[in-house]
Order: sequence, then structure tokens, then C-alpha cells
Amino acid sequence: MTDKMINITIDGEPLQVPAGTTVLKAAEKLGINIPRLCYHPNLSIEGACRVCVTQVKGFNHFLTACSQEVWEGMDIQTNSPEIRQARRDIVELLLDNHPKDCQTCERDGNCELQKQAYRLGVRERHFEGQRKRYPVEDSGKSVVRNPEKCILCGRCVRVCAEVQGVNNLSQHGRGFHTVVGPANLVNMDDSVCIQCGQCVAVCPTAAFLEQDHTERVWEALALPRDVKHVVVHTAPAIRATMGEMFGLPMGTPVTGKLVTALRRLGFDAVFDTNFGADLTIIEEATEFLSRMEKGENLPLLTSCSPGWVNFLEKFYPELIPHTSTCKSPMQMMSTLLKTYYAEKKGLDPKDIYVVAIMPCVAKKFEAGRSEHTMADGIPYTDAVLTTRELGWMIKSYGIDFEALPDGEFDRPLGVSSGAADIFGATGGVMEAALRTAAVKLTGEELGPLDFVEVRGVTGLKEASLKINGVEINIAVSNGLTNAKHILDAATAGGKKYHLIEIMACPGGCIMGGGQPYPPLDWDPMDPEIARTRAKALYDIDSHKQLRRSHENPAIEHLYAEFLGQPNGEKAHELLHTHYNARMPRGIR
Amino acid sequence: MSHAIANTDNWAEVKAACEAVLPKHILDFIEANHGQAHSESQLIAILHLVQGHFGFLGQEQMHAVAQLAQIPLAKVTGVATFYHYFRLQPRGKHIINVCLGTACYVKGADKLSQRLMDELGIQFGETTKDGLFSLESTRCLGTCGLAPVIMVDDQVYGPVSPAEASLIVDKYLKKEKGAKAEAAKA
Ligand code: FES
Ligand code: FES
Repeated sequence: MTDKMINITIDGEPLQVPAGTTVLKAAEKLGINIPRLCYHPNLSIEGACRVCVTQVKGFNHFLTACSQEVWEGMDIQTNSPEIRQARRDIVELLLDNHPKDCQTCERDGNCELQKQAYRLGVRERHFEGQRKRYPVEDSGKSVVRNPEKCILCGRCVRVCAEVQGVNNLSQHGRGFHTVVGPANLVNMDDSVCIQCGQCVAVCPTAAFLEQDHTERVWEALALPRDVKHVVVHTAPAIRATMGEMFGLPMGTPVTGKLVTALRRLGFDAVFDTNFGADLTIIEEATEFLSRMEKGENLPLLTSCSPGWVNFLEKFYPELIPHTSTCKSPMQMMSTLLKTYYAEKKGLDPKDIYVVAIMPCVAKKFEAGRSEHTMADGIPYTDAVLTTRELGWMIKSYGIDFEALPDGEFDRPLGVSSGAADIFGATGGVMEAALRTAAVKLTGEELGPLDFVEVRGVTGLKEASLKINGVEINIAVSNGLTNAKHILDAATAGGKKYHLIEIMACPGGCIMGGGQPYPPLDWDPMDPEIARTRAKALYDIDSHKQLRRSHENPAIEHLYAEFLGQPNGEKAHELLHTHYNARMPRGIR
Repeated sequence: MSHAIANTDNWAEVKAACEAVLPKHILDFIEANHGQAHSESQLIAILHLVQGHFGFLGQEQMHAVAQLAQIPLAKVTGVATFYHYFRLQPRGKHIINVCLGTACYVKGADKLSQRLMDELGIQFGETTKDGLFSLESTRCLGTCGLAPVIMVDDQVYGPVSPAEASLIVDKYLKKEKGAKAEAAKA
């Protein structure tokens, strides 16, 4: 884009916009929202759906507003009987090739196709004809693909390639027979898919969804207490987003209501994955400091994000030795529940059912990994519900979420520091680790607390810190295309990093593939959503007494009573894991 | 990066396995184009070479092309399924081409196609399990006077009714069976 300004007219109103502006963007400046489906502001322009057609003086065919750049003197009409008719026909044709099952569809009420059909006034169906038929591909542990619901907008293809650098999806075939899917249309888990679920987040319909775990959780909850002891723990990011499921303003922290809702659903104990996050920091900071001391396998790469771990194994297997062996907070927590907690309660781990509430679709895959099962094949985590799934369960149960009183997590696995809360945002794991590492390095109990240089939702952040004379080069990335940049820079050998935080989803867990769909007048992935949700987490953190993971008294107690030393033998056995190169290998 | 890094990379094995399924001239072509600005636009050229050599694009070969040319496999199979020219299965011994040109269409090429699909149990672009027949379509063979027309290998038949189409398929089947029996006797 240059600085050159262009004069145009939109619906009779004169307007000046910079050269290179699209008609769609220009119209937004006048408060005109041209309907769109395939367009997404953070992705490349595809011009596939044609819903955004407009008329331009001098042309006897329509021009698509999302892809058409303005020119000097352009005279644009965004509304006319013909345009309205054309848009309505286009959406009607899409509907004609789409199942008529809105009432039973997961996206009912939150579907962009449904929204456009309503707004454009499709009240009747004139074009009944042949409709494409495909089976649902639901063999994946995390992501379900339903090509019948696909409108071929290509957003999933673009998010997978451009934001995640995974390139797992493309359009196969042509014309009526076009279908979106992985290479050779294999099952998702046999493809290079890293299970991040960003395709689910950007899909305008329900062509991609998470693998459903609600049914198994209902079943577990229905069992008598003495048969199954059903416990739950909720990830840091959930408290910042669950309110959205119930119409509360974006960024409203709802920790207390969440706890109460979970108790009402019938969980026997409600814990906080935050505890696992604090524990992760103790283990990871210890690991980091010992690598710093030995100068070994640096930079250390974080390992909390299961989408990133899948990416590591498929795209960067040579970096496995650099990756922290720490289990994710979810897995640390679930492991403790079936060992430490079971022991304390005098329960057989087989009789405990662990549900994790996660913002993430890849957590479902992580829970099913063979590395995360007990000796007899029982998984530490039995079910993973996304924010959306739990939100739906609460609604389905008839709980008036907004009216709920605040509850408190059960102790001791519900006690946590503010450092754990910020795990949900990009940069949060880094900041939490630095808070603890700084104290260990300086030996002073009051090291620096707020590492603002790693905050903010930009895709890539770098900083050089000096703590007690030790120089630490850090990088924080979210969105795996950004991770690629950092990893390639690190392996090229130019820049020496010491610690790199990688989260798969753009913005971190608050923007995970399992988070609530934003209201229909927002774009999924809008950075403003990330900022608002992140703010909620930093607010919670700043209001806590405990701000550093190692100050968490419940954690100190856990080491004294059960684990022994950080990175010690027992800690290693229970809290650490390993990774393997996985096929198919991704192209980076 | 520092010392004592365990070798967790699988690139050497992946590369070797990929090189094993492509002939040398294709490997050389990929190598020669490696790292060039528009190496992705070379994809179609590579796929042509693969099809020229094998007669079709096998999944192993497409995987090898993806890895060695460093083009995401989804792009490779996306391109391979987009262009009618590319075949994803080996071709049958006999190629049955149904003309779908205007004249043939008007004269009932659709019914003819349906009959052949039912008879052979395959769709256009597919090959029967026994490897004997592939069904393909074409636009105007320049023999509109004979419409509707089918072509088996390089023999043109027309006008062909659906019933006659079945007979033609039978004729080739019998010939093949006879050849088999001969071979068995000998
Ligand atoms: S939004 Fe413009 S073509 Fe789809
Ligand atoms: S249309 Fe079939 S031969 Fe011409």
C-alpha cells in the first residue's frame, strides 16, 4: 500500500482511501458491512464465495468487494434490488448444496451461513437439486471433518497454511465434486494435522468440529459416587472465556461461577489446572537453570501446547532434545489426581474419572497418547471438554450461569499463583518461568515480577534480559508460522536463544481451537478478542497475593510430602514425558 | 546449539525411502529445480514425468515428490485431483472412451455412460479391479455422423445403443478369457 489517496464514491457518498484499499474495507469506513463468507481479514483473499458482490458504474457485471481494489473515480453501489437478488441467490445456491439440519447442528445460532441467509432474506428455497453426499470423518482424536457442511470458502485451508504453516488441507477434485481435506483425503489423524483446531475456529459452518466428549462425561457423572469418583480440573484460559458462552461481555473473569457450575453438574471434586501450571513452572525452571549451568541443549523450548508438540514431532523432530520434557499442566494435574490424590483418598486410580476443561482441541489427542497412560493402560485424563462443550453442558443442564454464586476450588490441588493464570495467554508461560527463574538466579525473594516485554498478543516477541549478570535471550511465539521463523533462526545458528515459548494457537490458549465462537459480528481470530481475553487473565494475576509459582504453599507441601526434589527421580517418573519423530513428516 | 544432541531426526530415512520409489531422471529433475524461485510451478512438470513413467500417480510417488521437492502433500494431491489429465490409478488394459461431445450427448451419451458404469462397476477415470478396463470420457472425436460414439483402445464404434455397449464389453471380455485359457493350455 502506498500513501497515495484515491477518491471514490460509495452509495453516493464521496470518500478518500489509500491506494490498495479493497472495496470491502472502504465500505467499512462508512459503516457499511458488505456481506462476506470466504473473506477473513487475517488471511489471504480467495474471492471464492461471491457473496460480497457490488456494482460499479460502467461495468455490467458484478465485482467482488473483498478482492477488488479501488481506483480513482470508482463509483460503487453496495445495495440495489439486483445486488440483493444476486446475493440472495448465491446464498440460496450454497444452501441448496448443504444439509437442511440447522436445528440439530452444533453451529445452530452461531453459523455464518445461517446468518447470511437470514440477513439477505432467503425465506424460500427455489433451487432444490442434487446435493453433495459425504460421510463424516470422525475417526480423529481431536478434529472431526464433515464435508457435507463445507461451503468451499477455503478459510480452513488458508489458516492451516498461512497461520499454522501446516499445509494439511487443500481442495481436492473440481466443480461439484470439490472436497476439502488432507492429502489423499486420509483420516485426520493419519495426515500431518497437528490437531490445533484452528480450522474449527475459522470455519463459518460446522464442516470442522472437535471430537465430542460430552457423552462420556454425562455417563460418568450419572454413575453412583462409590462406583466412580468423578473429578474435574479447568485450564487457566477457561475462566477468561466461559462467560462469553452465556452472553457476558468478552473478558469477564468467571472463575467462581465456573467452579459452582461444575459442582452443580455433579463433579465430586473441582480442581484447578493452575496447580499443574505452577508445578510445571517449578519443574521447567529447574530444568532450564540446570541446562543453563551445563550449557546443554539450549535453547529450551516449552512443551505446554499439545498442538506445538505435535508440530515438533512431525515438522521439527531434530529439535526434540531441546524441548522441555515437562508434561503439560493438564497432564501433570491428571497424573497427580490418579497417584497422589488417589493415595490420599484411599481410592483405586481405576475408580477415579478425570475430566479436564481445556480451551484446546489438541488436548483431546494429548490425553490419548500412550505416554500418558498408567501401567495398565488407563489414561491419566479420561475426557477433555472444550470451553464450548462445557458451556453447552451447563446450558443443557438448565443452569443459569450468570446468577451463580462464586465457588472455590477444592484444596490442595486448587491453590495457585497468578503466574499460573497467565499461562492462558501468549507470553504467559515465559513470564511465569522468568518470575521463578529470576528468584533462583538472584537468590533474592523479591525478584522482578512483571515482565512486560513478553506481554501482548503479537505473533513474535523477543527480548534480552540480564538477571544477576546472566544474559538470557528469550523469544515468544504464537501461531506456528511464527514458531517456524524463530526455530529456523535458532537452528541457523545466528542468534543464540536460551528460552523459547511456543504456543500453537494465534494469541495462545485464550484463542485455542476449543474456545467460544465470537459473536457473529466479530471475525474469529480478531486480535482484539485475544487482547480482551488476555487482559482478564492479567487482571486476575495482578489481584492475587501469590504471584510466583514457587511461592505456592500447596506445591511446597506436595514436594515435601510426595514428590521429593524438583526434577528428582519421582518427579521425573510422574511429571515428565518424551517425544518421538512422527510420520507423516510435514513440509516446513 | 550445543554438544551431545541425541539424533531424533528422521529426515535421512524419509529421504532414502522417497528416493527409492522414483526413477533417476525424476530425482534429477527435482534436484535441478530445487530451491528455484517458482519451484512450486514445477510441480505439474514433475507430476507429468511421474505419470509418463508409471502411467499414473501412485500415492507413494506423490509422497516422495512432496518430500523431495518440499511441497506440502496436500498441494500435490490437490493439483493431481484437479486436472483431468492426471490419473491416480493404473490404466486398464483396454481404455473405453465415451464421447460426451454435443452431438453424442444429444443422441444419448449419458445413457450410454450409465450403462457402461453399471456394467463395469466403475466411474469415469477409474479402472476395473481385474485391471482390464478403464472408463474415460472425451469431447467430440470428430465422428459426429456416427453419434453416439465410443472408442475402445483405437477402435471407434457408432452409433452405439446402451445394449450394444454391453455387447462390445462382452466381446473384449471373451477375447481376454480366450487368451487366458490359451495361455493356461500352453
Ligand atoms: S467474501 Fe468476497 S468472494 Fe467471498
Ligand atoms: S460429439 Fe461425439 S463425435 Fe462429435
